[in-house]
Amino acid sequence: MSTALLQKNTVRLSLVLLVIVGAVAVFAPWLGLPDPEEVNLAEKLAPSGPGHLLGTDHLGRDVLARLVFGARTSIGSVFAILLLIALFSTLAGSVAGFVGGAVDSVIMRICDIFLTFPTLILAMFFVGILGTGLTNVILAIFLTHWAWYARIVRGIALSLKSREYILAAKVAGTRGFSLVARHILPAMAPQVLVLATLDIGHMMLHVAGLSFLGLGVQPPMPEWGVMIGDARQFIWTEPQLMLYPGLAIFIVVMAFNLLGDGLRDALDRSGMLEERVR
Amino acid sequence: MTALLSAVDVQRFYRRGGIFRRGERLHVLKGATLEIGRGKAVGLVGRSGCGKSTLGRILLGLERPDWGSVFFKGKDISAKDGGEFAKFRKSVQVVFQNVQGSVNPRMTAGEIIGEPLRNFFGISKREAVERSRPLLEQVGLKGSDADKFPPHFSGGELQRVCIARALAPEPEVIVFDEAVSSLDMVVQARVLELVQKIRDERGLAFLFISHDLRVVAGLCDEVALMDGGVIAARERSVATLAKTGGATIARMLESLPPAGPGERAFR
Ligand SMILES: Nc1ncnc2c1ncn2[C@@H]1O[C@H](COP(=O)(O)OP(=O)(O)OP(=O)(O)O)[C@@H](O)[C@H]1O
Ligand SMILES: [Mg+2]
Repeated sequence: MSTALLQKNTVRLSLVLLVIVGAVAVFAPWLGLPDPEEVNLAEKLAPSGPGHLLGTDHLGRDVLARLVFGARTSIGSVFAILLLIALFSTLAGSVAGFVGGAVDSVIMRICDIFLTFPTLILAMFFVGILGTGLTNVILAIFLTHWAWYARIVRGIALSLKSREYILAAKVAGTRGFSLVARHILPAMAPQVLVLATLDIGHMMLHVAGLSFLGLGVQPPMPEWGVMIGDARQFIWTEPQLMLYPGLAIFIVVMAFNLLGDGLRDALDRSGMLEERVR
Repeated sequence: MTALLSAVDVQRFYRRGGIFRRGERLHVLKGATLEIGRGKAVGLVGRSGCGKSTLGRILLGLERPDWGSVFFKGKDISAKDGGEFAKFRKSVQVVFQNVQGSVNPRMTAGEIIGEPLRNFFGISKREAVERSRPLLEQVGLKGSDADKFPPHFSGGELQRVCIARALAPEPEVIVFDEAVSSLDMVVQARVLELVQKIRDERGLAFLFISHDLRVVAGLCDEVALMDGGVIAARERSVATLAKTGGATIARMLESLPPAGPGERAFR
Protein backbone atom coordinates (compact mmCIF):
# COMPACT_ATOMS: atom_id res chain seq x y z
CA MET A 1 0.00 0.00 0.00
CA SER A 2 2.60 2.51 1.07
CA THR A 3 4.80 1.81 -1.94
CA ALA A 4 1.87 2.17 -4.31
CA LEU A 5 1.08 5.49 -2.69
CA LEU A 6 4.56 6.85 -3.13
CA GLN A 7 4.76 5.96 -6.82
CA LYS A 8 3.02 9.14 -7.84
CA ASN A 9 5.15 12.27 -8.06
CA THR A 10 2.32 14.58 -7.07
CA VAL A 11 1.74 12.53 -3.94
CA ARG A 12 5.43 12.56 -3.07
CA LEU A 13 5.66 16.31 -3.64
CA SER A 14 2.58 17.06 -1.55
CA LEU A 15 3.80 14.78 1.24
CA VAL A 16 7.15 16.56 1.33
CA LEU A 17 5.41 19.93 1.38
CA LEU A 18 3.05 18.91 4.14
CA VAL A 19 5.81 17.41 6.24
CA ILE A 20 7.75 20.69 5.96
CA VAL A 21 4.69 22.82 6.76
CA GLY A 22 3.75 20.50 9.61
CA ALA A 23 7.25 20.53 11.09
CA VAL A 24 7.47 24.32 10.82
CA ALA A 25 4.08 24.66 12.48
CA VAL A 26 4.96 22.28 15.30
CA PHE A 27 8.37 23.78 16.00
CA ALA A 28 7.38 27.40 15.38
CA PRO A 29 8.27 28.67 18.89
CA TRP A 30 11.83 27.31 18.59
CA LEU A 31 12.66 28.74 15.17
CA GLY A 32 13.99 32.01 16.58
CA LEU A 33 11.31 34.08 14.86
CA PRO A 34 10.14 37.41 16.24
CA ASP A 35 6.95 37.47 18.31
CA PRO A 36 4.09 37.33 15.77
CA GLU A 37 1.86 39.49 17.91
CA GLU A 38 4.38 42.19 18.80
CA VAL A 39 3.26 45.56 17.45
CA ASN A 40 5.96 47.99 16.37
CA LEU A 41 4.47 50.98 14.61
CA ALA A 42 7.89 52.43 13.92
CA GLU A 43 8.56 49.58 11.49
CA LYS A 44 5.15 49.27 9.89
CA LEU A 45 4.85 48.08 6.30
CA ALA A 46 8.58 47.49 6.12
CA PRO A 47 9.85 45.76 2.97
CA SER A 48 11.63 42.42 3.03
CA GLY A 49 15.01 42.72 4.62
CA PRO A 50 17.45 41.05 6.97
CA GLY A 51 15.40 41.82 10.11
CA HIS A 52 12.08 40.81 8.59
CA LEU A 53 12.53 38.27 5.80
CA LEU A 54 9.06 38.90 4.40
CA GLY A 55 8.68 42.40 5.75
CA THR A 56 6.10 43.62 8.26
CA ASP A 57 2.38 44.36 8.18
CA HIS A 58 0.46 47.55 8.93
CA LEU A 59 1.17 47.19 12.67
CA GLY A 60 4.83 46.41 12.18
CA ARG A 61 4.43 42.71 12.98
CA ASP A 62 6.76 40.24 11.29
CA VAL A 63 4.91 38.66 8.34
CA LEU A 64 7.00 35.46 8.28
CA ALA A 65 6.39 34.90 11.99
CA ARG A 66 2.68 35.45 11.50
CA LEU A 67 2.60 33.04 8.58
CA VAL A 68 4.41 30.35 10.56
CA PHE A 69 2.30 30.75 13.68
CA GLY A 70 -0.77 31.06 11.47
CA ALA A 71 -0.02 27.59 10.14
CA ARG A 72 -0.33 26.31 13.69
CA THR A 73 -3.77 27.84 14.04
CA SER A 74 -5.06 26.75 10.63
CA ILE A 75 -3.78 23.20 10.64
CA GLY A 76 -4.41 22.69 14.34
CA SER A 77 -8.03 23.77 14.12
CA VAL A 78 -8.66 21.58 11.07
CA PHE A 79 -7.29 18.54 12.87
CA ALA A 80 -9.41 19.34 15.90
CA ILE A 81 -12.48 19.45 13.65
CA LEU A 82 -11.54 16.20 11.96
CA LEU A 83 -10.98 14.49 15.28
CA LEU A 84 -14.40 15.57 16.51
CA ILE A 85 -16.00 14.43 13.27
CA ALA A 86 -14.12 11.14 13.16
CA LEU A 87 -15.29 10.26 16.65
CA PHE A 88 -18.82 11.56 16.55
CA SER A 89 -19.82 10.79 12.97
CA THR A 90 -18.35 7.32 13.04
CA LEU A 91 -20.32 6.61 16.17
CA ALA A 92 -23.59 8.12 14.91
CA GLY A 93 -23.28 6.55 11.45
CA SER A 94 -22.37 3.10 12.75
CA VAL A 95 -25.19 3.10 15.26
CA ALA A 96 -27.65 4.14 12.53
CA GLY A 97 -26.39 1.52 10.13
CA PHE A 98 -25.98 -1.42 12.50
CA VAL A 99 -28.97 -0.85 14.75
CA GLY A 100 -31.29 0.20 11.95
CA GLY A 101 -35.03 0.61 12.29
CA ALA A 102 -36.36 3.62 14.17
CA VAL A 103 -32.93 4.62 15.53
CA ASP A 104 -31.64 4.78 11.97
CA SER A 105 -34.60 6.86 10.81
CA VAL A 106 -34.21 9.37 13.63
CA ILE A 107 -30.47 9.82 13.12
CA MET A 108 -30.89 10.13 9.38
CA ARG A 109 -33.64 12.74 9.62
CA ILE A 110 -31.43 14.79 11.95
CA CYS A 111 -28.67 14.51 9.36
CA ASP A 112 -31.08 15.64 6.65
CA ILE A 113 -31.88 18.77 8.61
CA PHE A 114 -28.20 19.63 8.95
CA LEU A 115 -27.56 18.84 5.30
CA THR A 116 -30.36 21.07 4.03
CA PHE A 117 -28.46 24.30 4.62
CA PRO A 118 -25.35 25.43 2.77
CA THR A 119 -22.45 24.80 5.14
CA LEU A 120 -21.06 28.32 5.15
CA ILE A 121 -24.44 29.89 5.95
CA LEU A 122 -25.07 27.35 8.67
CA ALA A 123 -21.59 27.90 10.10
CA MET A 124 -22.20 31.65 10.16
CA PHE A 125 -25.49 30.99 11.91
CA PHE A 126 -23.77 28.89 14.59
CA VAL A 127 -21.01 31.46 15.05
CA GLY A 128 -23.76 34.02 15.44
CA ILE A 129 -25.25 31.99 18.27
CA LEU A 130 -22.05 30.78 19.90
CA GLY A 131 -20.06 33.98 19.41
CA THR A 132 -16.82 34.56 17.52
CA GLY A 133 -13.49 32.94 18.33
CA LEU A 134 -11.49 29.93 17.26
CA THR A 135 -13.22 27.38 19.50
CA ASN A 136 -16.61 28.40 18.24
CA VAL A 137 -15.47 28.27 14.63
CA ILE A 138 -14.23 24.74 15.24
CA LEU A 139 -17.57 23.83 16.79
CA ALA A 140 -19.53 25.51 14.01
CA ILE A 141 -17.65 23.72 11.26
CA PHE A 142 -17.98 20.43 13.13
CA LEU A 143 -21.74 20.99 13.45
CA THR A 144 -22.09 21.75 9.77
CA HIS A 145 -20.05 18.78 8.57
CA TRP A 146 -20.68 15.86 10.89
CA ALA A 147 -23.95 14.86 9.17
CA TRP A 148 -22.26 14.35 5.85
CA TYR A 149 -19.72 11.96 7.35
CA ALA A 150 -22.33 10.22 9.46
CA ARG A 151 -24.27 9.45 6.27
CA ILE A 152 -21.27 7.97 4.59
CA VAL A 153 -20.31 5.92 7.62
CA ARG A 154 -23.88 4.65 7.80
CA GLY A 155 -23.62 3.54 4.18
CA ILE A 156 -20.41 1.69 4.97
CA ALA A 157 -22.02 0.13 8.05
CA LEU A 158 -25.01 -1.03 6.03
CA SER A 159 -22.83 -2.66 3.45
CA LEU A 160 -20.67 -4.26 6.14
CA LYS A 161 -23.61 -5.55 8.14
CA SER A 162 -24.59 -8.21 5.64
CA ARG A 163 -21.04 -8.78 4.39
CA GLU A 164 -20.36 -12.49 4.59
CA TYR A 165 -17.11 -12.13 6.45
CA ILE A 166 -18.85 -10.30 9.25
CA LEU A 167 -21.42 -13.10 9.42
CA ALA A 168 -18.64 -15.67 9.25
CA ALA A 169 -16.81 -13.91 12.08
CA LYS A 170 -19.96 -14.04 14.19
CA VAL A 171 -20.29 -17.74 13.49
CA ALA A 172 -16.64 -18.07 14.47
CA GLY A 173 -17.64 -16.70 17.85
CA THR A 174 -16.38 -13.11 17.56
CA ARG A 175 -18.70 -10.68 19.31
CA GLY A 176 -19.01 -7.17 20.65
CA PHE A 177 -15.83 -5.18 20.97
CA SER A 178 -13.64 -7.77 19.22
CA LEU A 179 -15.96 -7.75 16.23
CA VAL A 180 -15.70 -3.97 16.00
CA ALA A 181 -11.96 -3.87 16.57
CA ARG A 182 -11.03 -6.78 14.31
CA HIS A 183 -13.48 -6.44 11.45
CA ILE A 184 -15.57 -3.30 11.44
CA LEU A 185 -13.22 -0.42 12.25
CA PRO A 186 -10.41 -1.71 10.01
CA ALA A 187 -12.89 -1.77 7.13
CA MET A 188 -14.20 1.71 7.88
CA ALA A 189 -10.96 3.45 8.76
CA PRO A 190 -9.38 3.65 5.29
CA GLN A 191 -12.52 5.06 3.74
CA VAL A 192 -13.04 7.64 6.48
CA LEU A 193 -9.35 8.53 6.26
CA VAL A 194 -9.55 9.18 2.53
CA LEU A 195 -12.66 11.30 2.90
CA ALA A 196 -11.08 13.27 5.70
CA THR A 197 -7.90 13.92 3.73
CA LEU A 198 -9.90 15.06 0.73
CA ASP A 199 -11.85 17.38 3.02
CA ILE A 200 -8.97 18.96 4.95
CA GLY A 201 -8.44 21.61 2.30
CA HIS A 202 -12.09 22.46 2.21
CA MET A 203 -12.18 22.85 5.99
CA MET A 204 -9.08 25.03 6.04
CA LEU A 205 -10.83 27.31 3.59
CA HIS A 206 -13.82 27.38 5.91
CA VAL A 207 -11.75 28.39 8.92
CA ALA A 208 -9.91 31.00 6.89
CA GLY A 209 -13.15 32.23 5.33
CA LEU A 210 -14.89 32.73 8.64
CA SER A 211 -11.82 34.43 10.09
CA PHE A 212 -11.57 36.65 7.04
CA LEU A 213 -15.16 37.74 7.65
CA GLY A 214 -14.17 38.58 11.21
CA LEU A 215 -16.22 35.75 12.67
CA GLY A 216 -13.42 33.38 13.49
CA VAL A 217 -9.99 33.85 14.90
CA GLN A 218 -9.74 37.27 16.48
CA PRO A 219 -6.79 39.62 16.09
CA PRO A 220 -4.06 39.77 17.19
CA MET A 221 -3.87 35.97 16.99
CA PRO A 222 -2.12 35.00 13.75
CA GLU A 223 -4.21 33.09 11.23
CA TRP A 224 -4.09 33.07 7.42
CA GLY A 225 -7.67 34.22 6.92
CA VAL A 226 -7.18 37.04 9.42
CA MET A 227 -3.98 38.06 7.64
CA ILE A 228 -5.82 38.31 4.33
CA GLY A 229 -8.56 40.27 6.03
CA ASP A 230 -6.03 42.69 7.52
CA ALA A 231 -4.27 43.08 4.17
CA ARG A 232 -7.44 44.11 2.34
CA GLN A 233 -6.90 47.81 2.83
CA PHE A 234 -3.38 47.61 1.36
CA ILE A 235 -4.22 45.49 -1.66
CA TRP A 236 -3.01 48.16 -4.11
CA THR A 237 -0.04 49.49 -2.21
CA GLU A 238 1.28 46.36 -0.50
CA PRO A 239 -0.11 43.41 -2.48
CA GLN A 240 2.46 41.01 -1.05
CA LEU A 241 0.68 41.17 2.34
CA MET A 242 -2.25 39.41 0.75
CA LEU A 243 -0.15 37.25 -1.53
CA TYR A 244 1.80 35.43 1.21
CA PRO A 245 -1.10 34.07 3.26
CA GLY A 246 -3.07 33.45 0.04
CA LEU A 247 -0.22 31.40 -1.35
CA ALA A 248 0.13 29.54 1.94
CA ILE A 249 -3.53 28.55 1.89
CA PHE A 250 -3.38 27.63 -1.78
CA ILE A 251 -0.33 25.40 -1.41
CA VAL A 252 -1.47 23.58 1.70
CA VAL A 253 -5.02 23.04 0.45
CA MET A 254 -3.74 21.74 -2.85
CA ALA A 255 -1.23 19.47 -1.16
CA PHE A 256 -3.93 17.92 1.01
CA ASN A 257 -6.20 17.39 -1.99
CA LEU A 258 -3.47 15.73 -4.01
CA LEU A 259 -2.57 13.55 -1.06
CA GLY A 260 -6.22 12.57 -0.63
CA ASP A 261 -6.51 11.65 -4.29
CA GLY A 262 -3.34 9.60 -4.16
CA LEU A 263 -4.43 7.91 -0.96
CA ARG A 264 -7.75 6.98 -2.48
CA ASP A 265 -6.18 5.55 -5.61
CA ALA A 266 -3.60 3.59 -3.65
CA LEU A 267 -6.14 2.14 -1.24
CA ASP A 268 -8.49 1.43 -4.09
CA ARG A 269 -5.85 -0.50 -5.98
CA SER A 270 -4.83 -2.45 -2.90
CA GLY A 271 -8.45 -3.46 -2.34
CA MET A 272 -8.61 -1.74 1.02
CA LEU A 273 -11.42 0.51 -0.07
CA GLU A 274 -14.32 -1.87 -0.24
CA GLU A 275 -16.57 0.83 -1.60
CA ARG A 276 -15.25 3.50 -3.90
CA VAL A 277 -15.63 6.80 -2.13
CA ARG A 278 -16.67 9.89 -4.06
CA MET B 1 -34.70 -39.25 19.03
CA THR B 2 -34.53 -35.49 18.72
CA ALA B 3 -32.84 -34.02 15.72
CA LEU B 4 -29.48 -32.34 16.14
CA LEU B 5 -30.61 -29.05 14.63
CA SER B 6 -34.09 -28.14 13.55
CA ALA B 7 -36.20 -25.19 12.50
CA VAL B 8 -39.82 -25.52 13.50
CA ASP B 9 -42.56 -23.50 11.80
CA VAL B 10 -40.20 -20.64 11.10
CA GLN B 11 -41.52 -17.42 9.62
CA ARG B 12 -39.50 -14.45 8.53
CA PHE B 13 -40.51 -11.04 7.21
CA TYR B 14 -38.28 -8.39 5.76
CA ARG B 15 -39.48 -4.85 5.82
CA ARG B 16 -38.08 -1.74 4.34
CA GLY B 17 -38.37 1.78 5.72
CA GLY B 18 -38.55 2.90 9.32
CA ILE B 19 -40.86 4.86 11.56
CA PHE B 20 -41.52 7.60 9.03
CA ARG B 21 -41.87 5.46 5.95
CA ARG B 22 -44.23 2.54 5.79
CA GLY B 23 -42.38 0.03 3.67
CA GLU B 24 -43.79 -3.03 2.02
CA ARG B 25 -43.41 -6.29 3.87
CA LEU B 26 -41.81 -9.27 2.26
CA HIS B 27 -43.00 -12.58 3.69
CA VAL B 28 -40.05 -14.81 2.87
CA LEU B 29 -40.52 -17.82 5.14
CA LYS B 30 -44.08 -18.87 5.85
CA GLY B 31 -43.69 -21.62 8.37
CA ALA B 32 -40.71 -23.68 7.27
CA THR B 33 -39.83 -26.83 9.19
CA LEU B 34 -36.57 -28.64 8.61
CA GLU B 35 -34.65 -31.19 10.65
CA ILE B 36 -31.05 -32.19 10.42
CA GLY B 37 -30.27 -35.46 12.13
CA ARG B 38 -26.92 -36.36 13.65
CA GLY B 39 -24.41 -37.20 10.94
CA LYS B 40 -26.94 -36.69 8.17
CA ALA B 41 -26.34 -34.76 4.98
CA VAL B 42 -29.44 -32.84 4.07
CA GLY B 43 -29.75 -31.03 0.76
CA LEU B 44 -31.93 -27.93 0.51
CA VAL B 45 -32.99 -26.99 -2.98
CA GLY B 46 -35.40 -24.44 -4.37
CA ARG B 47 -35.65 -21.62 -6.81
CA SER B 48 -33.44 -18.57 -6.50
CA GLY B 49 -34.79 -16.04 -4.03
CA CYS B 50 -37.16 -18.46 -2.33
CA GLY B 51 -35.52 -18.07 1.08
CA LYS B 52 -32.99 -20.87 1.36
CA SER B 53 -30.19 -18.63 2.58
CA THR B 54 -32.58 -16.94 4.97
CA LEU B 55 -33.44 -20.29 6.53
CA GLY B 56 -29.72 -21.04 6.65
CA ARG B 57 -28.97 -17.81 8.53
CA ILE B 58 -31.79 -18.54 10.96
CA LEU B 59 -30.50 -22.05 11.61
CA LEU B 60 -27.08 -20.54 12.24
CA GLY B 61 -28.55 -18.18 14.82
CA LEU B 62 -27.47 -15.14 12.79
CA GLU B 63 -31.05 -13.93 12.43
CA ARG B 64 -34.01 -14.43 14.69
CA PRO B 65 -37.17 -15.84 13.19
CA ASP B 66 -40.25 -13.62 13.52
CA TRP B 67 -42.23 -16.70 14.40
CA GLY B 68 -41.25 -20.27 15.24
CA SER B 69 -38.04 -21.55 16.80
CA VAL B 70 -34.73 -23.16 16.15
CA PHE B 71 -33.81 -26.13 18.32
CA PHE B 72 -30.33 -27.43 18.91
CA LYS B 73 -30.19 -30.78 20.69
CA GLY B 74 -33.79 -30.34 21.72
CA LYS B 75 -33.42 -26.89 23.18
CA ASP B 76 -34.61 -23.58 21.77
CA ILE B 77 -31.49 -21.57 20.92
CA SER B 78 -33.11 -18.27 21.90
CA ALA B 79 -33.65 -19.69 25.40
CA LYS B 80 -30.06 -20.78 25.85
CA ASP B 81 -27.89 -18.95 28.36
CA GLY B 82 -24.40 -17.66 27.57
CA GLY B 83 -22.50 -20.89 28.08
CA GLU B 84 -25.02 -23.03 26.22
CA PHE B 85 -25.19 -20.58 23.38
CA ALA B 86 -21.41 -20.64 23.07
CA LYS B 87 -21.66 -24.44 22.71
CA PHE B 88 -24.25 -24.04 19.98
CA ARG B 89 -22.11 -21.37 18.31
CA LYS B 90 -19.12 -23.67 18.29
CA SER B 91 -21.10 -26.66 17.00
CA VAL B 92 -22.87 -25.05 14.05
CA GLN B 93 -20.54 -23.62 11.44
CA VAL B 94 -20.92 -22.22 7.93
CA VAL B 95 -19.32 -22.01 4.50
CA PHE B 96 -20.70 -19.31 2.20
CA GLN B 97 -20.95 -19.03 -1.55
CA ASN B 98 -19.17 -15.75 -2.03
CA VAL B 99 -15.65 -16.97 -1.42
CA GLN B 100 -13.82 -13.64 -1.63
CA GLY B 101 -16.49 -11.93 0.46
CA SER B 102 -16.46 -14.40 3.31
CA VAL B 103 -12.93 -13.68 4.44
CA ASN B 104 -11.59 -10.44 5.88
CA PRO B 105 -9.13 -9.23 3.22
CA ARG B 106 -6.89 -7.79 5.94
CA MET B 107 -6.24 -11.11 7.64
CA THR B 108 -3.94 -13.98 6.67
CA ALA B 109 -5.33 -17.46 6.13
CA GLY B 110 -3.86 -18.46 9.49
CA GLU B 111 -5.63 -15.61 11.26
CA ILE B 112 -8.87 -16.43 9.45
CA ILE B 113 -8.78 -20.07 10.51
CA GLY B 114 -7.39 -19.07 13.88
CA GLU B 115 -10.35 -16.83 14.66
CA PRO B 116 -12.72 -19.59 15.87
CA LEU B 117 -9.80 -21.28 17.62
CA ARG B 118 -9.05 -18.13 19.60
CA ASN B 119 -12.68 -17.57 20.45
CA PHE B 120 -13.68 -21.11 21.35
CA PHE B 121 -10.50 -22.48 22.87
CA GLY B 122 -9.20 -19.28 24.45
CA ILE B 123 -5.74 -19.51 22.94
CA SER B 124 -3.43 -16.73 21.81
CA LYS B 125 -3.39 -15.46 18.24
CA ARG B 126 0.06 -16.88 17.67
CA GLU B 127 -0.92 -20.31 18.91
CA ALA B 128 -4.10 -20.18 16.83
CA VAL B 129 -2.08 -19.48 13.68
CA GLU B 130 0.19 -22.45 14.46
CA ARG B 131 -2.82 -24.68 14.95
CA SER B 132 -4.27 -23.55 11.63
CA ARG B 133 -1.42 -25.21 9.74
CA PRO B 134 -2.49 -28.83 10.22
CA LEU B 135 -6.04 -27.76 9.35
CA LEU B 136 -4.80 -26.26 6.11
CA GLU B 137 -3.10 -29.57 5.31
CA GLN B 138 -6.32 -31.43 5.99
CA VAL B 139 -8.14 -29.43 3.36
CA GLY B 140 -5.38 -30.01 0.83
CA LEU B 141 -3.37 -26.83 1.19
CA LYS B 142 0.11 -26.27 2.60
CA GLY B 143 0.85 -25.37 6.20
CA SER B 144 2.91 -22.42 4.98
CA ASP B 145 -0.20 -21.00 3.28
CA ALA B 146 -1.23 -19.76 6.72
CA ASP B 147 0.88 -16.66 6.13
CA LYS B 148 -0.74 -15.73 2.83
CA PHE B 149 -3.48 -13.12 2.37
CA PRO B 150 -6.77 -13.93 0.60
CA PRO B 151 -5.92 -12.26 -2.75
CA HIS B 152 -3.05 -14.73 -3.15
CA PHE B 153 -5.37 -17.74 -3.19
CA SER B 154 -7.49 -18.98 -6.09
CA GLY B 155 -11.23 -19.30 -5.57
CA GLY B 156 -11.05 -23.02 -4.90
CA GLU B 157 -8.14 -22.64 -2.50
CA LEU B 158 -9.91 -19.88 -0.64
CA GLN B 159 -13.01 -22.03 -0.31
CA ARG B 160 -10.76 -24.67 1.27
CA VAL B 161 -9.58 -22.02 3.73
CA CYS B 162 -13.21 -21.33 4.57
CA ILE B 163 -13.86 -25.04 5.01
CA ALA B 164 -10.87 -25.25 7.31
CA ARG B 165 -12.25 -22.35 9.33
CA ALA B 166 -15.58 -24.14 9.63
CA LEU B 167 -13.82 -27.33 10.72
CA ALA B 168 -11.57 -25.60 13.23
CA PRO B 169 -13.96 -25.50 16.21
CA GLU B 170 -14.79 -29.21 15.71
CA PRO B 171 -18.45 -28.60 14.93
CA GLU B 172 -21.29 -31.06 14.64
CA VAL B 173 -23.10 -29.39 11.74
CA ILE B 174 -21.83 -27.33 8.84
CA VAL B 175 -24.16 -25.27 6.67
CA PHE B 176 -22.86 -24.99 3.10
CA ASP B 177 -24.74 -22.13 1.44
CA GLU B 178 -24.11 -22.58 -2.29
CA ALA B 179 -20.58 -23.31 -1.23
CA VAL B 180 -19.41 -24.56 -4.61
CA SER B 181 -21.67 -22.55 -6.92
CA SER B 182 -19.12 -19.86 -7.64
CA LEU B 183 -16.40 -22.35 -8.58
CA ASP B 184 -15.82 -23.86 -12.01
CA MET B 185 -16.75 -27.51 -12.62
CA VAL B 186 -13.35 -29.06 -12.06
CA VAL B 187 -12.64 -27.13 -8.87
CA GLN B 188 -16.20 -27.77 -7.76
CA ALA B 189 -15.70 -31.52 -8.12
CA ARG B 190 -12.49 -31.40 -6.08
CA VAL B 191 -14.03 -29.35 -3.29
CA LEU B 192 -17.00 -31.73 -3.21
CA GLU B 193 -14.58 -34.64 -2.97
CA LEU B 194 -13.03 -32.94 0.04
CA VAL B 195 -16.43 -32.39 1.61
CA GLN B 196 -17.25 -36.07 1.10
CA LYS B 197 -13.94 -37.08 2.64
CA ILE B 198 -14.51 -34.88 5.69
CA ARG B 199 -17.91 -36.46 6.09
CA ASP B 200 -16.55 -39.97 5.95
CA GLU B 201 -13.84 -39.15 8.45
CA ARG B 202 -15.74 -37.10 10.97
CA GLY B 203 -19.37 -38.10 10.65
CA LEU B 204 -20.48 -34.49 10.59
CA ALA B 205 -24.00 -33.43 9.71
CA PHE B 206 -24.40 -31.14 6.72
CA LEU B 207 -27.01 -28.79 5.40
CA PHE B 208 -26.15 -28.40 1.76
CA ILE B 209 -28.01 -25.45 0.22
CA SER B 210 -27.81 -25.44 -3.55
CA HIS B 211 -29.83 -24.84 -6.63
CA ASP B 212 -27.73 -27.38 -8.49
CA LEU B 213 -29.60 -30.64 -8.06
CA ARG B 214 -26.63 -32.68 -9.24
CA VAL B 215 -24.44 -31.49 -6.42
CA VAL B 216 -27.10 -32.36 -3.90
CA ALA B 217 -27.85 -35.70 -5.52
CA GLY B 218 -24.29 -36.90 -5.23
CA LEU B 219 -23.76 -35.86 -1.65
CA CYS B 220 -26.91 -35.94 0.41
CA ASP B 221 -28.87 -38.55 2.34
CA GLU B 222 -32.05 -36.52 2.17
CA VAL B 223 -33.29 -33.71 0.00
CA ALA B 224 -35.73 -30.98 0.99
CA LEU B 225 -37.46 -28.79 -1.55
CA MET B 226 -38.35 -25.27 -0.57
CA ASP B 227 -41.21 -23.63 -2.38
CA GLY B 228 -43.56 -20.80 -1.48
CA GLY B 229 -41.81 -20.14 1.81
CA VAL B 230 -42.22 -23.63 3.20
CA ILE B 231 -40.50 -26.98 2.86
CA ALA B 232 -42.78 -28.40 0.20
CA ALA B 233 -41.33 -31.88 -0.04
CA ARG B 234 -38.73 -34.03 1.57
CA GLU B 235 -37.36 -37.21 0.09
CA ARG B 236 -34.56 -39.72 0.36
CA SER B 237 -33.08 -38.73 -2.97
CA VAL B 238 -33.38 -36.26 -5.80
CA ALA B 239 -34.82 -39.05 -7.96
CA THR B 240 -37.82 -39.57 -5.68
CA LEU B 241 -38.17 -35.84 -5.29
CA ALA B 242 -38.38 -35.56 -9.06
CA LYS B 243 -41.38 -37.90 -9.02
CA THR B 244 -43.21 -36.25 -6.13
CA GLY B 245 -42.05 -32.64 -6.21
CA GLY B 246 -44.48 -31.47 -8.88
CA ALA B 247 -44.07 -28.46 -11.10
CA THR B 248 -41.30 -26.65 -9.23
CA ILE B 249 -38.88 -29.53 -9.27
CA ALA B 250 -39.72 -30.25 -12.89
CA ARG B 251 -38.79 -26.67 -13.77
CA MET B 252 -35.57 -26.96 -11.81
CA LEU B 253 -34.67 -30.15 -13.63
CA GLU B 254 -35.33 -28.51 -16.96
CA SER B 255 -33.27 -25.46 -16.18
CA LEU B 256 -30.22 -27.53 -15.28
CA PRO B 257 -27.10 -26.92 -17.32
CA PRO B 258 -26.41 -29.63 -19.93
CA ALA B 259 -25.53 -33.16 -18.93
CA GLY B 260 -23.20 -33.62 -16.03
CA PRO B 261 -22.27 -36.56 -13.89
CA GLY B 262 -25.18 -38.09 -12.07
CA GLU B 263 -27.87 -36.30 -13.98
CA ARG B 264 -29.19 -39.40 -15.74
CA ALA B 265 -29.53 -41.09 -12.41
CA PHE B 266 -32.61 -39.14 -11.43
CA ARG B 267 -34.16 -37.99 -14.65
N1 LIG C 1 -31.68 -8.62 4.81
C1 LIG C 1 -32.70 -8.63 3.92
N2 LIG C 1 -33.50 -7.55 3.81
C2 LIG C 1 -34.53 -7.53 2.93
N3 LIG C 1 -34.83 -8.55 2.10
C3 LIG C 1 -34.06 -9.66 2.16
C4 LIG C 1 -32.96 -9.75 3.07
N4 LIG C 1 -32.38 -10.96 2.90
C5 LIG C 1 -33.09 -11.59 1.94
N5 LIG C 1 -34.09 -10.83 1.50
C6 LIG C 1 -35.08 -11.21 0.47
O1 LIG C 1 -35.61 -12.46 0.85
C7 LIG C 1 -35.78 -13.29 -0.29
C8 LIG C 1 -35.10 -14.62 -0.04
O2 LIG C 1 -33.70 -14.43 -0.06
P1 LIG C 1 -32.67 -15.61 0.13
O3 LIG C 1 -31.32 -15.03 -0.03
O4 LIG C 1 -32.96 -16.32 1.36
O5 LIG C 1 -33.02 -16.53 -1.13
P2 LIG C 1 -32.24 -17.82 -1.66
O6 LIG C 1 -33.25 -18.90 -1.79
O7 LIG C 1 -31.05 -18.09 -0.85
O8 LIG C 1 -31.83 -17.38 -3.11
P3 LIG C 1 -30.51 -17.77 -3.95
O9 LIG C 1 -30.74 -19.13 -4.50
O10 LIG C 1 -30.50 -16.72 -5.04
O11 LIG C 1 -29.35 -17.68 -3.04
C9 LIG C 1 -35.27 -12.53 -1.47
O12 LIG C 1 -36.38 -12.01 -2.18
C10 LIG C 1 -34.44 -11.43 -0.87
O13 LIG C 1 -34.53 -10.29 -1.66
MG1 LIG D 1 -28.95 -17.96 -1.21
